[in-house]
Formats: sequence, C-alpha cells, structure tokens
Amino acid sequence: MRYQFLTAALAVTTALPFAGPAAATDLEVTHWWTSGGEAAAVAEFAKAFDATGNHWIDGAIAGSGGTARPIMISRITGGDPMGATQFNHGRQAEELVQAGLMRDLTDLATRDKWTEIVQPKSLLDGCTLDGKIYCVPVNIHSWQWLWLSNAAFEKAGVPVPKNWNEYVAAAPALEKAGIIPLAVGGQPWQSSGAFDVLLTAVGGTDTFLKVYRDKDAEFAAGPEVAKVFKAADDARKMAKNTNVQDWNQATNLVIAGKAGGQIMGDWAQGEFQVAGQTAGKDYTCLPGLGLNEVIATGGDAFYFPLLQDAEKSKAQEALAETLLDPKTQVAFNLKKGSLPVRGDVDLEAANDCMKKGLDILAKGSVMPWTDQLLSQDTQKQKEDLFSEFFAKPDMTVEEAQKRFADIVASAD
Amino acid sequence: MSKSERPNQLFRNLNAKVASIPMILTALVIFVGGSAWTVLYSFTNSKLLPRLNFVGLDQYYRLWSTPRWLISIENLLVYGVLSLVFSLVIGFMLAALLDQKIRFEDTFRTIFLYPFALSFIVTGLVWQWLLNPEFGIQGVVRGLGWESFNFDPLYNSSIVIYGILIAALWQGTGLIMCLMLAGLRGIDEDIWKAARVDGIPMWKTYLFIIIPMMRPVFITALVIIAAGIVKVYDLVVAQTSGGPGIASEVPAKYVYDYMFFAQNLGQGFAASTMMLLSVVVVIVPWAYLEFGGKKRV
Repeated sequence: MRYQFLTAALAVTTALPFAGPAAATDLEVTHWWTSGGEAAAVAEFAKAFDATGNHWIDGAIAGSGGTARPIMISRITGGDPMGATQFNHGRQAEELVQAGLMRDLTDLATRDKWTEIVQPKSLLDGCTLDGKIYCVPVNIHSWQWLWLSNAAFEKAGVPVPKNWNEYVAAAPALEKAGIIPLAVGGQPWQSSGAFDVLLTAVGGTDTFLKVYRDKDAEFAAGPEVAKVFKAADDARKMAKNTNVQDWNQATNLVIAGKAGGQIMGDWAQGEFQVAGQTAGKDYTCLPGLGLNEVIATGGDAFYFPLLQDAEKSKAQEALAETLLDPKTQVAFNLKKGSLPVRGDVDLEAANDCMKKGLDILAKGSVMPWTDQLLSQDTQKQKEDLFSEFFAKPDMTVEEAQKRFADIVASAD
Repeated sequence: MSKSERPNQLFRNLNAKVASIPMILTALVIFVGGSAWTVLYSFTNSKLLPRLNFVGLDQYYRLWSTPRWLISIENLLVYGVLSLVFSLVIGFMLAALLDQKIRFEDTFRTIFLYPFALSFIVTGLVWQWLLNPEFGIQGVVRGLGWESFNFDPLYNSSIVIYGILIAALWQGTGLIMCLMLAGLRGIDEDIWKAARVDGIPMWKTYLFIIIPMMRPVFITALVIIAAGIVKVYDLVVAQTSGGPGIASEVPAKYVYDYMFFAQNLGQGFAASTMMLLSVVVVIVPWAYLEFGGKKRV
C-alpha cells in the first residue's frame, strides 16, 4: 500500500496535467442494458459515479444476458477483468466466486451497514456465499406479472379478467374476435419463465419452493404439479398463434390489442410506457396472475472482480457506495421500471403497477426466484423442455410432467 | 538416432522442413492437443470452469438420454443426407447445362455463384423473411388470389429442417456447380468426339464416361459439402434459433448452448466429442481407401 501511494504521488508530480483535486480513476463497467429505457437508467449510474471524481467507462454488451454473460465470464477467467460487471444475483457467478476471482465485499458491507439498508433482506442472500458478500444488488425485478390489453377485451366483449382463471374462461371469446388470447414469444426463456409463474400462481409459493428449492422430484411428478401442467396446457393452447420471437414483440402485440395478454416480468412495463399507455386505462397488470400476489427477489446486481491495482480497487468501493446511494437508487429505478433495493427511499413518481409492486414488497410477500435456486444448467434444460412443450401441441401433459420431474431429480 | 544409415532422407529439403515447423506445431498443439484436452474433460463434471473431477461416462449417459440431443442428431442426418445428394445432383446438372456452349454463360455462372458470397447469417435472414408466412412466399401467393396456399416450413415442427435445407442449397450449390464446371472443362474434347463417333447417347456419355473421369472433383466437392454439414450452426441460429420449440436444433448448437449458456462444460465437451467421433467414423475408412493400401486409378 505504502509503495502504491508513493508511486501514485510520484506519478502525480511528474504528470502535472492529471493532478486534479481527486485523481480520476477509470473503471470499466460491463452490463447488458442496451434498450432505450435501460440505457437511460444506466446513464444515471454513470453520472453519479463520475460525480465522485472517478470515471465510468461504459462496457455495454448488446444482445441479452445470454449473449453477454459468456463474454463477461471469459474476460474474467481469461485474466482481463473489468472493474465491475452486472449479473443477476444468485447462482450465475457462483463458480467465479468459488474460484476466488471476485472481490469479497464483506468489510465494506459491514462498514456501510448493508444488512440494515437493503430491503428485503433476502436480496443480500443472493449475494452471499459462505457468509461473505460478493455483490451489490441494485434493483428488484419480478417475473410474476400478467399484462392485459383493455382494448382487446373490449373488442371481444368480455370484461377484463381479475385473475388467471377468468382469463382462461375468456379465451374463446378473444379467439372469436380474432385476437390471440396469450402472447408467448418463441425464445426458450419466455415459455420456461411463464411456466415458473404459473407454478407460483396456480400451485402456490410452497409448491414452487418444494420443487425448486427442495428439488423434490416425487412431488414434481405428483398431483399438485399436475394442476400446474394443466394450466400450462391451457396457456399453450391460448398461445398457439403467436408467431413472434422476442419478448418485446410479444408485448407489442398486447400493446396493439392484437393479443389479449402476456405473462412477463415487470420489465415489460417500460414498453407500455414508451408506447404512451397508462396503467389501468389502456392496460391492466395482475401481479401473481391475480391468484398469489408475491414478488420474487430476482434482479440485477454488480459484482467486482478482484483487481491488483489499488487505485482501481478504491474506485470499486466508491462505485459500490454510489450504487446503493438513495438518490441514485431512485433515479435509476424510475427509468428502469424496477423496484429499489432500499425500503427507505420515496418513489412518488412510480406508476400504478409499480405501486402495486411496492405494496406487495411492503407487506413482505417475497420469495426467492429460479436465478437463486437453480444452476444455469438446470435452467437451460427447463428451457429446452418448455420451448418444446409450447411449440409441439401433440406433446402430452403427462409426458412433459415426467420429463420435468426428471430434470428436478437431476437438478443442482 | 539414424546416424549414417540414411542421412539424406531426414535432411533432404531441410529449408522446407524448417519452414513447416510452425504449421506442424500449430496442428499438433491446437488441433490434436485441443481435441485431446476436450475428450479428457468430457469425462469430468466441469461446470463453468474446467475441473479434473472424473465422473466416468455420466456426461455421455445424460447426453444420449436428452431429447434435444436426439432431435439434433436426427435433424443432422436428414439435413446431411439430403444436402449431400441435392448439392451434388443440382450442382452437376447446372454445370452440365452451362457446359452446352450456351449464350451468356458468364452471366448465369455469376448468378448461380452469387449466393455463395453471402455468409450463412445473411442467407438465414433472407430465407427467414422469404419463408415468413405473412410477408414471404406464402403471403405473395395468397395475395395473387390463391387463398388456401400454405407454405410456412419455419413454423411447422415436422418440416422445419427442410426450410433450412432450402436455404443451405440455395447458398451452396453455386460453388459445387463451379467445381463441377471446372471438372467438365478438364475433360478432353476428343473423348466427346470418340463417344459421338461410337454413337453413344449424351446422357450415357455423362453417366458412364465423364462422371467416372471426374472422380477427384467429386471427392473435393464431397469433402467441402460434408464439412459444411457437420458444422452447420449459424444458418439455424439466423433462421429459426432452433425453433419452433427445439424442432430444428443441430449438434453444434447443442455444444455451444451447453458450454456457454448452461455453464456446463462437461456436457458440451461430451457432445463435441460425439461430433468428432462421427467425423472420424466417416473420414477414417474413406482416407484408408483413398490414400492407404495400394495406389488405385
């Protein structure tokens, strides 16, 4: 440390032009937030970090998490780590942490009392491995939402449903009016995620945990989960005419009133906002499909690779503090459409759907999500199964459930 | 070692041998070494990072009980056989037709070869649009008044692989045609004259005289097509991303998805070892026939 300071001091005296009040350190931050709303949100982080006298170098990777994560991981394992990187907290970076490639943030967390400010507490669990904290959660994104187009239901002459069961009952009327009842894009994670939401809503939180946390294969093959597969079969029939790939194309079908609804995470809200639609008037959101109002504590977090450079390590700490700062939290989450990780900030500008989410959060109805419970390997197998199930009408419910139970049995 | 017995054998063309050392090293370290490393780690339970924790044949048992892998293999077989047959047949037919001393041969040749200048990604996107039921061929034909016309292979699980095959043939046959044309031009004019004097019909001349004489060209074409078949990946990614569902998955995509998306290196390595094995099974007997044993032809 002493040597580093000495060198730094020497460097400052020799390189006069750079001798500002606080030596600006460049820190490269990689993430996959590239859509309009996401880019605006991440710019808030950059602004706040630059204000600390450091410099945010934006390393956005286009595509989605699936494209970006392999690139980030190969940079870290290949010996070219960035200053900080986004992951979904949970098990995506688990092995990198185990291999000692990520920085232990426990000291910083105790100093700044993260355990007290981060709400709900289970968020930090996703960042904790063997009692040590390795990441900074920045927002909460939950999957358990049903987005409905009011215009579509009006056209079909049925009232906007209050829950999943009413929605299924309304499907024939929608179909008669030439509307796709449920939009499910072709990307595998969408059908897999929709099933997980059904598992939470139709089966209940306990069923979800028994399958994914306890990995009870017998239970997954049993009658409780069979009910969920029955619902998934309904969803499959309702979605059979969706000929789009991307999630936002599917959301756009709902926005345009061509589809009745979509099961999608709260990030879909951004699309409705961009299209200038108002919650309650143009579209309706039902958390937990109107059956089981919970919020899963999934979301995004920043991890800090272990660096040799003392200057950069200091900048990492500054960034971690900035990310959790109340002001940054509000600015970021309003643009991102997600919920803040602190309970003590005020989101006045939040829209109706976000307020519903905040209420559920305040009530403490939270649960862990698949990112925390399952390895990427298991997630991928699940995606393969459900993308086949949704695309292949002649695949029976029983066969799908049997294969699902097999996946649960071998899950890790 | 061999001191004075046959010194000139080892040191003959020394410059050439020294010059080829980098390439030999590259081949040994990267191709052979990399393959051996992959095979070795396919017997481990490596996840995100390679770890030497042996689990025997577990990865292979899992691989061969995964429906997605079985569908991939089936797709590769259908795609492989059909693309091999059709590339050769169409390529040769086009070449034979071009060889009839027609007008504007250059123009036709350029047209047929043009798709080859496009990458598989571009080809895939072009055909994704052409086969899109709303904007593509089906839409146009329906627009002309034939309302019941149905042609949407990319949205039908049971025929999606043929949709990919069409795109692959469109892209690849031009090159095969050029190879065949070069082969045809290499046949001595006198052979044609002799055949004509003997009164052999043209199709018989092609079938029994010209094609056997073009054996080297056919082998070149075969190797090029076969290599393209095993590694087909980008075309599928661009056209269908493996959909609908997992109906158009191919082995190379399985390898990539499991290595990088599923963070399961062991499983990806096992799948790529199976791909290597299938290539070896095809190549070794052929190479033995071609290069080993007695020199034929």
